[in-house]
Amino acid sequence: MRTLFDKIWDRHVVQKVNDGPTQLYIDRLYCHEVTSPQAFAGLRERGLQCFRPKQIYCMPDHNTPTHDQDKPIEEPISRKQVATLEQNAKDFGLSYYGMMNPKNGIIHVVGPELGLTLPGYTIVCGDSHTSTHGAFGAVAFGIGTSEVEMVLASQCVLQPKPKTMRITINGKLKPMVTAKDVALYIISKMTTGGATGYFVEYAGEAIRGLSMEGRMTVCNLSIEMGARGGMIAPDETTFEYVKGREFAPKGEAWDKALAYWKTLKSDDDAIFDKEIKFEAKDIDPRITYGTNPGMGMGIEDAIPTIDQISESGKISFQKSLEYMDFKPGEKLIGHKIDYVFLGSCTNGRIEDFRAFAKFVEGKKKCPEVTAWIVPGSWKVDRQIREEGLDKVLEAAGFEIRQPGCSACLAMNDDKIPAGKYAVSTSNRNFQGRQGPGSRTILAGPLVAAAAAITGKITNPADIK
Amino acid sequence: MKEKFKTLTSQCIPLPMENVDTDQIIPARFLKATSRQGFGDNLFRDWRFDKNGKPIESFVLNKPEYSGSILVAGKNFGSGSSREHAAWAVAGYGFKVVVSSFFADIFKNNALNNCVLPVVVSDGFLANLFKSIKENPKALVTVNLEQQTIKNETTGETEKFEINGYKKNCLLNGFDDIDFLLENKDKIVAWEEAHK
Ligand code: SF4
Repeated sequence: MRTLFDKIWDRHVVQKVNDGPTQLYIDRLYCHEVTSPQAFAGLRERGLQCFRPKQIYCMPDHNTPTHDQDKPIEEPISRKQVATLEQNAKDFGLSYYGMMNPKNGIIHVVGPELGLTLPGYTIVCGDSHTSTHGAFGAVAFGIGTSEVEMVLASQCVLQPKPKTMRITINGKLKPMVTAKDVALYIISKMTTGGATGYFVEYAGEAIRGLSMEGRMTVCNLSIEMGARGGMIAPDETTFEYVKGREFAPKGEAWDKALAYWKTLKSDDDAIFDKEIKFEAKDIDPRITYGTNPGMGMGIEDAIPTIDQISESGKISFQKSLEYMDFKPGEKLIGHKIDYVFLGSCTNGRIEDFRAFAKFVEGKKKCPEVTAWIVPGSWKVDRQIREEGLDKVLEAAGFEIRQPGCSACLAMNDDKIPAGKYAVSTSNRNFQGRQGPGSRTILAGPLVAAAAAITGKITNPADIK
Repeated sequence: MKEKFKTLTSQCIPLPMENVDTDQIIPARFLKATSRQGFGDNLFRDWRFDKNGKPIESFVLNKPEYSGSILVAGKNFGSGSSREHAAWAVAGYGFKVVVSSFFADIFKNNALNNCVLPVVVSDGFLANLFKSIKENPKALVTVNLEQQTIKNETTGETEKFEINGYKKNCLLNGFDDIDFLLENKDKIVAWEEAHK
C-alpha cells in the first residue's frame, strides 16, 4: 500500500537520522553555474574530492547569451561564473557540456533528452525546477548550495521525508488547452504555498494523455505551488521516450531496468496525505495577471475584485496589481502586449516549438511585438531545423535565438524593459524577474503564439 | 565549525508583506558571485534602493528606528527559487532569526544550513508581534533554542516552536551536515553495494 514516491524514496534511504532528517542516496546530480561555485569552494576548503564524479553532470545555462555563443561572453561576471564551472568540472573530474557543445542547453531540458534522467532515480540540482525530471517517475527536487556541496562530498542529502499528495485530473482536455494551462490552473487553485511540504503525484486521464514533454511541463511547475517536487508514474509513453537515448540503458540492462520501472506506480490501496481532484473540462487556456504564478485565470476571465481576496492577502494583491498596472475586476482579453518569450525549461522543448510553429504558420507576427524564440537546448535547435520549423517561423517573422535560460530570469542580456508587458511561456512572473520593472504574463505556447500574431492577449481558439 | 546559537534577545525588523519571494530577497542579477560573501548588502535590494542606488526612505531597513537581528515576516516567506543566496543575504545582513507563520520549504532548509533560525509561530502570535513592533519599534523578542520558545517581551506571550533534534544539535554545537555525512561514508558504500 505504498505510493510511487514512497517506493523510490524508501529504496534510497541510507539511514534515518535519530530525531532528524533522512540520509538519502542521490543517483544523479546536475550542476549549473549559478548555484554551484560556492559548493565547489566549500569542497576545496575542506580538502575533499567528489565522492562519485560519474554521477554528476555540469552545464552552464543561466548566463549564456542567446547569440554569438561561439564568442566569449561579453559580460565579465557572467563569463567568470561560466568559466568557474568549467574549471570546477575539470578539477573534480566531472562531465561538462559548455556553451556551443552540441549537448549544451538548459539542464532540465538536456537531462531528459540525453537519457540521463531515468525512472526510479533520485535526482537533485541546485535549482527549484529540478521537479521537471519527476515526469519520468523519478524523485527529483531542487536543493540549496550547501546541499549541492553535500552531494558532491557524499552523494547524499539530508532531508525530512515530505508528505505525499495526489492531484488527479479526470477527463480529457479541451482543444487548445496545453500542459502549461493545466499546470497554471492547478497552481491558481492550490495557491503558491498550497503544496508546501508535499511531494505531488499527478494522475488521472488528462495527465496520462500528455506526452512526455507535456508531463515535464506539469512537473516543472510543481514548485510554484510550493511542492518539494512533482512526479508521474512511468508508463509506455515514458519507456518509449527513454528508449535509445544516449545514456539510457541498452540491451540486457534495458530489459532489467524496464522490468523494474514497470513496478513503479502507486499501489491501488496507497494512502496519500492529501488527495485533490480536478476536472479537465474546467480548464481553459490560461494567463496570469499578478506577480506570482498562483495569480492566474482563464484567458476570458476577469481579475478578482478586492472583496474576493482574503484580508491578509489584500496588501500583496494590491501591490501586485499596481506593479502590473491592472485593475481589480478587469478583463485582460484584448490587452496590448509588447514582448513574447517562447522558451525556458517549462516550454522550451521541441513540442512547444512544433505547437507554436503550427499555430503561426501562414500568419505574420504583429510588427509591434518583439518576440524571443529560444530553444531549450542545441538538440531542440537541431530538431527545429530538421523539421523545417525554422522556415515556418522565419516566414512568419520570427527569429530563432541560441539556447539557454534567456528571458526566463534575464541573467543574460535578454531583459524585458521596465513597464513593458511580456507574454512568457516561462514559469515565474515575480516582480522584475524578466528584467527590472518588466511585467510578465505567464501562458502556454499557444496563448503566446496568439499574442505574437495579434499584439494582444488573445484566446488561441479565436484565431482561424 | 560554524557559529553556535543558544538564546537571543533582540529588537525586530518588521516586514508584514505575505509571499515575499526569493527574487525580492535577492534579485537574480546579484547571483553572479562565486563566493558566499557580500550578499547582505543587496538584501531586498529593489525595495531598499532606487535605481540610482539611493536608499528608499520608506522601506523598513532604511528607517533608523528599526534595528536588530530578528526579521519578522508575513506568511509564506521565501517562496520561489531554491537559491541559497536568499539565505546568505538574510544571514549576511546580520539576521540570526526569521519569524513568520509559514516558510517556503527550501528557504527554511537553506536558512538552517546558514545558521539562521526560522521560527514558525501561530498567525495570532505573528499579528500581535507586528502590533507590538508597530506601537514600539524597540519592542523585544527572545528566542531560546534550547527550550524551543519564542517570547514577545511586550505582551509576555510565549510560544513553543518546532525544530528537529538533529538540526537543533547542529546549531547548538556549531556542527554541520557535511561533518555528519563524512562520518557516515561506510553506510553510503554499503547502500551502493546493496543496490548495484
Ligand atoms: S529556464 Fe528559467 S526556471 Fe528553468 S532553469 Fe533556467 S532560469 Fe531556471
